[in-house]
Amino acid sequence: MKVIRELLRRTLATFGLTVIAVIVVLAVLAPVITPYSPNEQTFDGLTLEGAPLPPGGAFLLGTDLLGRDLFSRLIYGARTSLVIGVVANGVAVLTGAVIGITAGFLRGVVGAVLMRFTDLMMAFPALLLAIVLAAMFRPSLWIVALVIAMVNWVQVARVIYTETISLSERDFIEAERSLGASRGRILIQHIAPHLVSTIVVWATLGIATTVLLEATLSFLGIGVQPPTPSWGNIIFENQTYFTTAPWLVFIPGVAILMLALSFNVVGDALRDILDPKQKGRG
Amino acid sequence: MRDLSAAVASEQGPRQVLERISFDLYEGETLCIAGESGSGKSITALSLMGLLPEGARVTAGEVWLGGKNLFALPEREMLKVRGGEIAMIFQEPMTSLNPVMTIGTQLVEALRAHRDVSASGAKADAVQMLESVRISDAARRFRQYPHELSGGMRQRVMIAIALCCDPKVLIADEPTTALDVTIQAQILALMEDLQKQFRTAILLITHDMGVVAEMADRVVVMNQGQVVESDNVANVFTSPREAYTQKLLAAVPKLGSMAKRDRPLRAAHSEKAPMSDQRHQPVVRVRDLTVRFDIVGGLLQRPLRRVHAVERISFDIAAGETLALVGESGCGKSTTGKALLNLLPWEGRIAVAGRDIAGLSPAAMAPVRRDIQMIFQDPFASLDPRMTVGRLVAEPLVIHRMAKGQELEDRVVELFRRVGLGPDALRRHPHEFSGGQRQRICIARALTLNPKIIVADESVSALDVSVQAQVLELLQELQDELDLSFLFISHDMSVVEQVSHRVAVMYLGQIVELGPRAAVFENPRHDYTKRLLEAVPIADPTRRRGDRVRLTGEVPSPVRPLDFSPDYVRLNDYGNGHLAAV
Repeated sequence: MKVIRELLRRTLATFGLTVIAVIVVLAVLAPVITPYSPNEQTFDGLTLEGAPLPPGGAFLLGTDLLGRDLFSRLIYGARTSLVIGVVANGVAVLTGAVIGITAGFLRGVVGAVLMRFTDLMMAFPALLLAIVLAAMFRPSLWIVALVIAMVNWVQVARVIYTETISLSERDFIEAERSLGASRGRILIQHIAPHLVSTIVVWATLGIATTVLLEATLSFLGIGVQPPTPSWGNIIFENQTYFTTAPWLVFIPGVAILMLALSFNVVGDALRDILDPKQKGRG
Repeated sequence: MRDLSAAVASEQGPRQVLERISFDLYEGETLCIAGESGSGKSITALSLMGLLPEGARVTAGEVWLGGKNLFALPEREMLKVRGGEIAMIFQEPMTSLNPVMTIGTQLVEALRAHRDVSASGAKADAVQMLESVRISDAARRFRQYPHELSGGMRQRVMIAIALCCDPKVLIADEPTTALDVTIQAQILALMEDLQKQFRTAILLITHDMGVVAEMADRVVVMNQGQVVESDNVANVFTSPREAYTQKLLAAVPKLGSMAKRDRPLRAAHSEKAPMSDQRHQPVVRVRDLTVRFDIVGGLLQRPLRRVHAVERISFDIAAGETLALVGESGCGKSTTGKALLNLLPWEGRIAVAGRDIAGLSPAAMAPVRRDIQMIFQDPFASLDPRMTVGRLVAEPLVIHRMAKGQELEDRVVELFRRVGLGPDALRRHPHEFSGGQRQRICIARALTLNPKIIVADESVSALDVSVQAQVLELLQELQDELDLSFLFISHDMSVVEQVSHRVAVMYLGQIVELGPRAAVFENPRHDYTKRLLEAVPIADPTRRRGDRVRLTGEVPSPVRPLDFSPDYVRLNDYGNGHLAAV
């Protein structure tokens, strides 16, 4: 609770939290809010020449090239993107953190095996791996999320590993050992808290990356399958019409940007709040 | 150069860090700026060079060098002054040399930046310069990289670089602080000789009043950005006018000032003598302690060389006794301290409060840790920065499940009071305290479990003298009150003389001399102890060693080939527990 109150004291963080909250509420209440079904091709959704409608009028944000309401698709797309951004990315960061901490804390054989495996994954082109995995399973939202998690944990593991090692070498860890603190206590009380800021930053940065990776996969046909909308596949479906109907790319683009940016500022603020040296500033 | 006067005021944001500093420096003279950390002595030097860090600037004043006002010079002219007319050497010679260039290249670079010499001429000059700072085998050293040289050698190289362009002024900012005493003595002697040879004016910045007494012609004492006192060295030491100077000098431990006293300086008069006789069991008994590390390398991580950190040392510490372990860097004194707490693998026998600690599992070690605790050198680094100090001090009790709830809180408040901190400190984090307060927190933490012995590893070396005196006082009080024993690990002979009952001198992993303090200090038997004592600068200009013994040699390294088997010293008994190697 204290953390949230601290967050609200910061203008930027409040803004970020608000944006995230609005997007979440919209996504949850999608069936109630949306004026049209996201996949419904309305008859008057296209001009007589068959071109999509610009924003304004009956369709708040205009229509796409199949005459579907962009506003409705965007809100349903938020569901997909949130699942990908939060769940997939969350799983990725968590996996990476656990592997990094374990390897860095235990070192020895366990550490070496874990880190060589991480290096192996790192050397493997992420997109190729995603394609292989997606081809093996029938793509669905959850499979896509899983695939994204599997390719995104690697960097996190690497960073956390290095940081755990450098933390373990610090004097205060030796001081703890001399007090008789158990390994578990050292890990949980004295190493993990120092890693929180790094993890938070990676988690927020990762949201933008994962949303975009989902879009890429969708574009290649191995992501979220149409007609289910996601912010990424709305862009890719419509990008060829960019010159005649720029809003179709522009609006979901802004949505992705806002979501990523909001998570970033909230993450930044969180890192500052969690650092005792920053107390009283901001 | 005739006279350089500086009146500098610099501002960092709204904060004045220097206020109207003025002094003169004459040819061939050594002026010491002395002061504790934060007094503005380094800032003064940096502003002379026009090298103030980002955010700081000179707000008023002027610096005259010869006939030139340095602050009025354009940057291009200043480049010629820096290195050419004013040269500077820094505290840490490793970080001020470029690690990817040979020292020869760096010397030649400095030479050619200021003098019009050919490449081959510069090389010849550089080798000659290395010889003049007494680097042996100069032609070979010329091609070596900084990491191949020892700390003392690197500082010599820095001096060579600084002096190669024959500057009028040499600014030395804590040039020997990072070095061992015997090396410090060598470097100071070298600086004196070179000064005579080159007629350079030296501006020596130091916190060490011993160095001041040894080197200075005149002294400027600074405190909080102001000059407190400025006079020639004899006057400052014999009849300081300002209260601050008097306080500062009183806090400085002077080697030899403890002659004819048997108990430590601050001990209570009613002090119980340490129970070192046969009837009482010693708190710590160490027999044949040996610690070796393998240096591994290569693809298969095979051992390549071995560090013989500690070789078969034995000692006892009685209840209420302070045993000082002294020696220079790499002699194994810290390793010994860590071995007592089972923080690293070792061989031999160690008993703490009667319990053998060899090979104990972490769980079995827990009761032993209640009896033996440690205070580290750097109090800031040894406190988890994310925890409040209240939680940090409570932690030992929590770990050993010895108190909780209200009782825990009361204990912590009591401990804070004991080390001189109020209960309002509990909720703050380590970075909100000063160095001395942090060390008090570490002491409180070590006391939490009511240990019988505390290993204090260089626990006051990082503190300013006045704070150091307070912390030593606290430690002594605790000893009087709680009958605590200390293993006091230190490189500082003057401090050791004040606090210890007995002293063990370590050299290359072995104890070469062990005995009652008075015996070791007043009648040292081993050559190394003698050398160590001679090298300590004494904060008393009247006792300046006029014809200083020119110490040579390096602190040897304990790194050996794998098949090395050490020569053990044999200790001779000189009576009254005074043992020394022959």
